[in-house]
Amino acid sequence: MLNFIWLLMMVISVVVGVFTGKIPAVILAITDSAKFAFTLALGLTGVMALWLGIMKVAEQAGLIHLLTRGLRPLLRWLFPDVPANHPAMGAIAMNMAANILGLNNAATPFGLRAMAELEKLNPYPGVATNTMCTFLALHSSNLQLVPATAIALLAATGALHPTDIIMPFVLSSLCAVIAAIVISKILQRFSGYRPLEIVQREGATQ
Amino acid sequence: MTIAAISEQLGNVLILLFLVGIPFYAYCRKVPVYDAFVEGAKEGFPTFIRVVPFMIAMLVAIGMLRASGAFDLLNQALLPFLTKLGIPPEIVPIAILRPFSASAANAVVADLLHTQGGNSFISHLAVIVASTTDTTFYLIALYFGAANIQKNRHAVPASIIVDIVGILSAVWITQLLLQ
Repeated sequence: MLNFIWLLMMVISVVVGVFTGKIPAVILAITDSAKFAFTLALGLTGVMALWLGIMKVAEQAGLIHLLTRGLRPLLRWLFPDVPANHPAMGAIAMNMAANILGLNNAATPFGLRAMAELEKLNPYPGVATNTMCTFLALHSSNLQLVPATAIALLAATGALHPTDIIMPFVLSSLCAVIAAIVISKILQRFSGYRPLEIVQREGATQ
Repeated sequence: MTIAAISEQLGNVLILLFLVGIPFYAYCRKVPVYDAFVEGAKEGFPTFIRVVPFMIAMLVAIGMLRASGAFDLLNQALLPFLTKLGIPPEIVPIAILRPFSASAANAVVADLLHTQGGNSFISHLAVIVASTTDTTFYLIALYFGAANIQKNRHAVPASIIVDIVGILSAVWITQLLLQ
């Protein structure tokens, strides 16, 4: 899927660029974006090391165990394929906790850790599991208790009641969360989960 | 104290609670906190090496799309259809850009806040739409990059549908409650 989308994105850029006469800008964007991607990843690395360090401390103090035990009913229902005491469950729980509290910087490292741990459980390495897809779809819904950045932005530009947005925000986030759970449980039935070699062979003969 | 200051303070307190509170609790439970931290932080750099090629691939393609003006075309093409669904024309570019690029969508939001003021309904709607969705394509590249996944099955369609549901419910619910 991503192979096709990626190629399509670049082909469209070139075709549109020719028509709009923006080819020089497109070419400039190639090197600029590559540099930007690298600096972004580098910036992420510092924050990531910091939060992964904190996570290890929390793990050894038994805090992650407490958190996953508290969230166990929810997590077992959302991710039935992950053993309750596996480190992946701890990382997922930490990611969700950080997201809900609005700590986006902390949520990403926990999420990446969760994906790496989920891959260790994967019987067909290289092929996304149902758990991974559900986890990503949930991530897309961006559930937070208080959208702090949004409130701060509104307040800074003269809103009288910026906290008005909490209610519609939480309600629409909940809609997206429900959609994420329902959609991924439906779609996983139609996208076959097969070993990588078989998927690649099928892809080659198509 | 203003609300902006309060929400900022709240964020600061939360971060400090995690960053200092967790090691404090751990130290009381006799965990060698410094050693544990360093051991965990070591995983940061390997993750960087795994993730960087995926991020370059995705962000270069998105950067090219942005520079070519394709998003403006998409905006014009989808405008009649999306306004029929109840999305105000000012919000359409945010809805289109948000799954690809947070910075591009935030630029549109900042412009709206500047021209319409924070007290307007459109500004409220803009920040809600921008916060209910995530940078889906970037997230997929980043997260599957970290796990070295080559076949992502239904992750892309599922996440895109979630984005659409998020945007539409944000628009409809906000209009119902705030307008």
